[in-house]
Parts: sequence; structure tokens; C-alpha cells
Amino acid sequence: MSEDSHPFERFLRDGMMPHIWCEGCGNGIILNCFVRALKDIEIDVNKVVVVSGIGCIGRLSGYTNTDSYHTTHGRAIAFATGAKLANPELKTVVISGDGDLFAIGGNHFIHAARRNVDIQVICANNFNYGMTGGQYGPTTPLKAWTTTTPYGNIEHPFNLVHLAAASGAVYVARWTTLHVRRLTESIKKVLQKEGFSFIEVITPCPEIYGRRNKMATGIEMMNWFKTAAEIRNASDPAEAEISPEKIVVGEFIDAEKPTYDHLLREMMKQVQERIRGEK
Amino acid sequence: MTQERTVLTGKHFMQGDIACAEGAIAAGCRFFAGYPITPATEIAERMARRLPEVDGVYVQMEDELGSMAAVIGASYAGVKSMTATSGPGFSLMQENIGLAVMTETPCVVVNIMRGGPSTGQPTKPGQQDVMQARWGSHGDYEIIALAPSSVQEMFDLTIEAFNLSEIYRVPVFVLADEIVGHMWERVTIPSENAIKRVNRKRPRTLPEKYVPFLPDRDLVPPMASFGEGYRFYATGLTHDETGHPRTDTAKAQQELVQRLCDKIRKNREKIVRVSANMLEDAEVMVVAYGTTSRSAMSAVREAREKGFKAGLLRLITLWPFPDKEIAELAKRVRAIVVPEMNCGQIVREVERAAKETSVIFMPKLGEEPHRPVEILDAIQRGSYK
Ligand SMILES: Cc1ncc(C[n+]2csc(CCOP(=O)(O)OP(=O)(O)O)c2C)c(N)n1
Ligand code: SF4
Ligand SMILES: [Mg+2]
Repeated sequence: MSEDSHPFERFLRDGMMPHIWCEGCGNGIILNCFVRALKDIEIDVNKVVVVSGIGCIGRLSGYTNTDSYHTTHGRAIAFATGAKLANPELKTVVISGDGDLFAIGGNHFIHAARRNVDIQVICANNFNYGMTGGQYGPTTPLKAWTTTTPYGNIEHPFNLVHLAAASGAVYVARWTTLHVRRLTESIKKVLQKEGFSFIEVITPCPEIYGRRNKMATGIEMMNWFKTAAEIRNASDPAEAEISPEKIVVGEFIDAEKPTYDHLLREMMKQVQERIRGEK
Repeated sequence: MTQERTVLTGKHFMQGDIACAEGAIAAGCRFFAGYPITPATEIAERMARRLPEVDGVYVQMEDELGSMAAVIGASYAGVKSMTATSGPGFSLMQENIGLAVMTETPCVVVNIMRGGPSTGQPTKPGQQDVMQARWGSHGDYEIIALAPSSVQEMFDLTIEAFNLSEIYRVPVFVLADEIVGHMWERVTIPSENAIKRVNRKRPRTLPEKYVPFLPDRDLVPPMASFGEGYRFYATGLTHDETGHPRTDTAKAQQELVQRLCDKIRKNREKIVRVSANMLEDAEVMVVAYGTTSRSAMSAVREAREKGFKAGLLRLITLWPFPDKEIAELAKRVRAIVVPEMNCGQIVREVERAAKETSVIFMPKLGEEPHRPVEILDAIQRGSYK
């Protein structure tokens, strides 16, 4: 094979660049960490399927040189469930937004986690609906300013890692886009893990969210992550707060549990053995 | 895997819903995602029992939005896939039916129609979703819908639905009313070899050369599956032949959406099926589908006994609509009678095709299908037009 001109070139899709993301947006960092993880673990990329929903981060599936699919808003996990169960050899990775995965698609998230379908979910949490111009969503902090909270947000946000853990995810972590190395390690881990895995990535949306909340640039948002982040591996995800003063990050859960895929194949084998016995 | 479990060759006394499930398995369906709903639940129950026997996957999703998404995912993974539902679930599936159209996904959606709107009459028959089947998702598209009228056809047309979906890369609907879904009748299931199965066209190029949405002359692009090394991208956004989003040019929108319509329109002669009964010399033609066509058949026979020249055009394909066939016949008859279990849906299409010929519409809502005597009465009225 000839030398790649850029170390990640073969993992990125020709013709899709430049990407659509704003200056200072964290989505590029997530893409970077993801392809770095693919490269580092030398996974068979032909078996990797990247699925995303709708939103700024939802465009990511178009940028990876893998099989990839851009679903309707909220349905990435359900689509991935179908693909994974139909072909167990696939490594189905869902990369999508906080609104996509936890507002319109929240039901699919909790049920896929409960079933322990072997899907790896990476959520870009930018605290708002970036694509539609910055409305509040299920992770927008209380009192935050968005275009549809002109008097400040009066809704309590989800704690995504707590939700994932309570729903049955076997791997749960949270990082910010500042934690590039740790995030990449987490992605490598879940790419090699079986079962419903969840990584929340807190990511700057300076253009749409930051600007309205006194952090107008990517640097300012990253500075917040830097001063507030506190690594607390193996701590209780229920306690993993996100506030102006503190963002608790870390790897909260890394457990084993029979996957849906495994239980399904076991059941099919038993049924077929019984039939053969009957003959 | 055991052959005899794949196709249950022989004569059976079977329920329509069960025959539908067996037709799907015989057609090669190996993935079902659904959510229970009357009167389609028996299809899910049969699939849950049968699919594991034949190496297939049954998954009960959390709702119909997810069911439809999972069906598309499984199809892209290379497995023939389906779901089955009724009105409320069909409504929830519409957005992803559009996604299946846009990403040219072979799949089958069965709708055992009950009475609507809303929760309506769950255990009672209806033919109220035929326009929703045509226009339910937003945007312009063409779709295929088949209307079985017997348990035998629940088996046969489900196979046909899979074949058409594989040929044209489009979701295909089996639109049956609750009576056809729940009735028990004799079904003959042919031998494994006698079943015609069609599989989607596969890429004929190397992965590096594969252009995922570049159509052949029949306007249908060959389809790779995930995991085979083709590394392609599919999106619900307007895209070009490479699959890359093209959201800002009129050309891309025109080319793609027109082709999605044309691949059905230009092949309509190969798709459309009707059954003509006693129409050679008919003066009054009844146009009916599903259960209603059975009452209509009795009425036509009785009319003939009474000396009225009546005939029945039974619609097997509802979409694309058999308008040419109806237009031809309309020129030769005095009147057309259209009985439907709704307030007037397919009748509008019949009127459009019939032009000047007078159309007598017979709506019916609720528990009972049309009684033959009611249709007979309309035939008699039509004869004096
Ligand atoms: C059914 C439906 N409703 C609404 C929209 C409009 N919409 C597009 S993206 C989006 C929000 C995306 O937010 P998120 O998932 O957080 O992604 P981000 O843009 O912030 O990366 C919405 C509401 C849509 N595309 N489909
Ligand atoms: S709106 Fe926000 S999330 Fe979207 S690209 Fe711009 S910075 Fe990124
Ligand atoms: Mg967001």
C-alpha cells in the first residue's frame, strides 16, 4: 500500500470535506479522536458502521470512510439495532447529539441500553440544538440562555451518564473535548467491548450556545472545561454534576453482562437443535 | 437449518395474518421488527416463533418509529426485512417510510387496516389507510401497495411484495383489512422450488469504483450491504449518485426525486396487477379490493343470474394505481360501482380514470363489510344509467 498523505486520510471520506462545522466547534475533535481510535486498534474498518441522527454532529457519519448512514432525527440507535442484529459481525457505532439521542430519540436510548444491544454510542453534548440555531434541549443547564429560553431555562437537565447507567449500559464515561487522550482511550475501549456502551463528550458550541452564555469563542468554552473538569473515575454517575464550577468526568462504569445479540443467538441455536432432535 | 421448516409446503387451514408471516419467511425474510397492535399482532407472534427456527431475527421494538428504523437498518445489513402494524403504528412509521424511499431501501410494511381515525375501532375492519399509504410521508415519491383479498393472497402477495421491494429498492406495503387478516381459510403453500424469490441487484464493480446511487437503465442502483468493504454513505438528505448530500442545488433535487418517482412510474406495466371478472360484455363494472371485492363478486354473480351484465375489476395493486386499465374499461361500461370501507378514497382515483363514465360510490364504516345485496342494488341502478 502507498503512503497516506495524512495519517488519517484513509479513514476520512474523499469529497466530503470541507466539513460544515463552525470555527471553534468541538465536533472536529470528536471526529479526530474517533478516527485515531480506529487507526490505533487496527480494527477491520470494513466491518465498522457509523450511524448518526440529525444535527450538526449528525453530519459526522458522512465524514468517516466507513459504511455509514444518516438516519432521521432521533432514530440512529433503532437503525443501528436493526443493522447489528441482522449482521452480528458489524461494529455499529452511533455518534449523535444530545437532542437527537435524548429528546426525540430518548426512548430508543433507554431501551437499547436495557436490552444491552451491542452498540457503541457517542453523544456530542453541546447543551443545545446547534443545527436549528440554538434552542434549549434536554441537557441545557437550568437558567441558561437559548433562543427558546429568552428568560432563562426553567427545565432541569438530564444527567446523561446517570441515565445511561440506570438504563443498563455496560460502559459509561464522560469526557470533554479537552480530554483528547482519555476520550480516544475510551473510544478504543468501547470499540473492543461487547454490549451497550455510552460515552458522553461535552463539546463547545461557541457559535450558537457559547455566544449567548458568556463564552463566545471555542477557547472560552475550553477554558471552562479546563477549570471546571474534575476526573473521578469509578465514581457514582448519579453524583456526576455539570455546573459552572464543576464538570465531573471519568469512566464511571465498565461491566460485563450478556448482550442481547448473544442471548438471541443462543436462543436461536437452542430452537434449531430442538427441531433437529424432533426429526 | 431445516428445509421443510422454511416453506411449509402443503395444504393448511390458516389465518390471514399467519399466512402473511409464512409468505414472508418463504420469500426469504429473516428480520422482523415490530410493536404489537390489533389486528396485526398475530403476524408478530408467528414471526417470533418461526424466525429463530430459520436463523432469522425477531425483535420487539419500543415503538413503531423504532421498528421502521430497525427494518431499514437490517435491510442495509443485507437481510430481507419487514414490519407489520395497523393504523396508529402506520402513522408513526411514516417519517421513516420516507427515509426508506429516499435511501432506496427494500423492505415490506404490512398494514392490517382497522377503523380510524386515531385509536378508532381496533378490532373492526377498515380500508381507511389507502390514501395514507400513497401520501403518508412528506415529499414527493411513488410507492407500491398490494391489497390481498384472501388468506391465499396474504401468502402469495407477501412474497410478491418482497420481490417488488428487492427489484425496485422501495418499501412495499401489504394493505389488508382486518377481515382478511383475521379470517381462516384454506391455503396451498407450494414447494420450496416453486416459490419465486428475487434478490436485490448487487454491485458489479470493485468497492473502490462503487457509486452507491448510480442507477442502471431501469433507474434502480445496485445495492451493497454494510460490512462488505464498499464503505458507502447513505443519507435522508437529498444526495447525488455518490450518496453525498446536495442540499443546495435544484439540479440534485430534480434528478433524485424525479428518478425515485420514475423508477416506479416507468415500470408500472410490470408492477400493476388487476383481476378482471366477467368484464368482456359488462355494462356495469364494480371496482373493489380486499374483503369488499368478495362481496362484490357475489353481487356480480347474482346480477348475472338476474340478467344484468355486471363484471368485477378487482384491484390487486393499489399503488401505482391501475388507472390505464380502468380508463380502458370505463369507455365500455355505463356505470362503475365502487364499494369501499371508508368515506371515499380509492373512488377518487377511479373517478379520475373514468372521466365521463358515471361512478356510484358506496361508503361503509364500522363492523360489517358490504353485503352483496347492497352492491347488487347499486349494479341495478347503474344498469339504468
Ligand atoms: C422530526 C424532526 N424534527 C425536528 C427536526 C429539526 N432538527 C434538526 S437538527 C435538530 C436538533 C439537533 O440537536 P442535537 O442532536 O443536539 O445536535 P447538534 O445540532 O446540537 O449537534 C432539530 C430539532 C428534524 N430534522 N426532524
Ligand atoms: S452550531 Fe455549534 S455545534 Fe453546530 S457546527 Fe456550529 S459550533 Fe458546532
Ligand atoms: Mg446538541
